[in-house]
Amino acid sequence: MDRQRRNLLRTAGGLGMLAMLAAAGVITPGLARAAADRRPFEAKTLEDALVALGAVEPEDSASIVIAAPEVAENGALVPVGVTSGLAGTEQIAVLVDRNRVPVAANFTLPEGTLAEVQTRIKMAEKSNVYALVRADGKFYVARREVRVTVGGCG
Amino acid sequence: MTQPTRIRAASKDGITEVRILMAHPMETGLRKDSSGQLVPSHYITDLTVQHAGRVVLSAQLSASIAANPYVAFKFKGGAKGDRLTVAWIDSHGAKRSDEADIG
Repeated sequence: MDRQRRNLLRTAGGLGMLAMLAAAGVITPGLARAAADRRPFEAKTLEDALVALGAVEPEDSASIVIAAPEVAENGALVPVGVTSGLAGTEQIAVLVDRNRVPVAANFTLPEGTLAEVQTRIKMAEKSNVYALVRADGKFYVARREVRVTVGGCG
Repeated sequence: MTQPTRIRAASKDGITEVRILMAHPMETGLRKDSSGQLVPSHYITDLTVQHAGRVVLSAQLSASIAANPYVAFKFKGGAKGDRLTVAWIDSHGAKRSDEADIG
């Protein structure tokens, strides 16, 4: 309860700040708008995160390749790469099932940007890593299990 | 005070590969410091990369991204000497923008 309240206050404060910055012309409206919808990041479960991302029942796809180690020795630094072979890929999100915040990153790929991103995530424990891809307006998903020797979230 | 973002970009055969390393603690809010106090959450929420005034990548991030976030991607176009701009905003409202030329 208390945590929720704090989150709510922080979110409200953050949006206010962004609106102010946008009004002052410090940041572009595009950036402010992108920052406004943080709902996927407030989800505590994978299912809620998918709903918040607008992907209720994504279709499994073998055209999405997740590059990640089978065993990550350090959960604080797990390299993850996602490549999508789906035509019209416009968004790639990386999710970690067992993390407190399942959505690690949500990439928007404009026309001309290749459907291939790499980053490094934290993992609390052994979990499935999901790559959610939006291609031509439709959602697809792939998963890969990563075991973790030492968790990296606490 | 925030530290500069390290940006490496190389153009080859009409494709520019960009590698970005942002300096940020990416605190989850779950970690305790040496005195047992919880360290408040503090992480980059938004990343935007522009090439010649056009957005080539935008991303929302969470504290599930590792400290000192690394992001790599590729886009069509871009030539040696072109300017790239990498901007981020964090959960405290801090922001930073850095530039680099494609090599």
